[in-house]
Amino acid sequence: MFSAGSDPGANFGELLKRVGLSPFSAQADEADLTIPHATTCVAMRCAGGVVMAGDRRATSGNLISHRSMEKVVQADELSGVAIAGAAGPAMEMIKLFQLQLEHYEKVEGHTLSLEGKANQLSMFVRSNLPAAMQGMVVVPIFAGYDPAQKGGRLWDYDVTGGRYEEKDFVATGTGMLHAGTVMRVAWRRDLSVGEAIKICAKALWEASDADSATGGPDVLRGIYPVVASITKDGWVSVSDSELATIYTEIGKEVGSR
Amino acid sequence: MSMPFYVPPEQFMKDRADYARKGIARGRAIVALQFDGGIAMISENPSTTLHKISEIYDRIAFAGVGKYNEFDQLRVAGVRAADLKGYQFSRHDVDARSLTNQYAQILSQMFSEGPKPMEVELLIAEIGQDPSTDRMFHVLYDGTVLDEHDFAILGGDSEAVSTRLKTDFKPKSPLKDAVKIAVKALSGPERKLSNTELEIALLERNGKRRCFRRVEDDEIQKLLK
Repeated sequence: MFSAGSDPGANFGELLKRVGLSPFSAQADEADLTIPHATTCVAMRCAGGVVMAGDRRATSGNLISHRSMEKVVQADELSGVAIAGAAGPAMEMIKLFQLQLEHYEKVEGHTLSLEGKANQLSMFVRSNLPAAMQGMVVVPIFAGYDPAQKGGRLWDYDVTGGRYEEKDFVATGTGMLHAGTVMRVAWRRDLSVGEAIKICAKALWEASDADSATGGPDVLRGIYPVVASITKDGWVSVSDSELATIYTEIGKEVGSR
Repeated sequence: MSMPFYVPPEQFMKDRADYARKGIARGRAIVALQFDGGIAMISENPSTTLHKISEIYDRIAFAGVGKYNEFDQLRVAGVRAADLKGYQFSRHDVDARSLTNQYAQILSQMFSEGPKPMEVELLIAEIGQDPSTDRMFHVLYDGTVLDEHDFAILGGDSEAVSTRLKTDFKPKSPLKDAVKIAVKALSGPERKLSNTELEIALLERNGKRRCFRRVEDDEIQKLLK
């Protein structure tokens, strides 16, 4: 047990610091490491919630180091997080973020507000800044359903932990320009969840078509991007068979151009 | 210089035990029992925010009777220990037995060396993949650990509750029956407990990662019908 002055409360990150286990204190000593990088992720607001999506490729320089990485994951019941950047610290950050939300919920007896969760993630990104200066940049997207506002909300971040709430859609990673453009052109205020899923899938395909670090749908291996929707009923992943159908359609459309 | 009075160790222990027991007996009892889908924990608790039963980890729950601030401190310590262990190793490495031992250590230390013993009794319940691997550890104010089966009763007038529960308990009964039996045992023949006076939480074999669930007021009402 901790004394009143040094009690970390419900903050799991602080608890890790107290017991000397914080992953962020470690710094990279070589600036020019070829570490795996994760790439393009997108999120988009739609009727009743948000849709998040991310490709599955991780690259080390020009080499493809993983084909089935999951960069878009559920953070808790009503929110998800997507990460682009150095894969090691990124995955660690996701793990720690998920744990922080659960830890808070258990210690306090109720969940953080969506804004509180977004703020928490921004502190994680900020504490990664020393590592980011050494080239291990981690840039997440956070999105979820806000029961207080009865709708989806999304945030993107910069390396310094800057937190920016976006209204419509957001993209991060090397393919963000291409993916972002597809979403910008297709976005409408009254998109249904199904339509938003198709647009996100298309955005990732366009990014993979123009950016070598972004992976497209891998039909031979049956590996498709991770696409999920978050509404008041919670997180729902789009199945591989549904994605296969969506990408077949996109394929036909591209073929007929 | 005055000499301190000599207190024989037997007397010292007895005084402390009496102190702790008195504190615990003032509160209401908690019943935990196995049902066909897991472990149900039922307590008399008019407060909807100050919980006696809570989640520690994926398959582990905590119940405490006695002084609220003391068992709540122990609850938070348990959540911390479990989350740290799961973070450092794997989620599968977090188990009720080692957590129970940590609690037993804290309580026995407070009992013999602390300024006063803690006036609490704890239950650390864990559901396994099947009922045979379910665990219910009952920890007393002095760090004594009891490995309970079928059901466990903490605090309050536990002997009377236990006698009533023993006659009615049937293994593998559905949730509705289990709750009714427990509520009957808690209330006794003269009283009737309503849904707002009860706090019920479950550890369910639901196939999900987190097995802990609170049963809300309206669902309790349906269970009691």
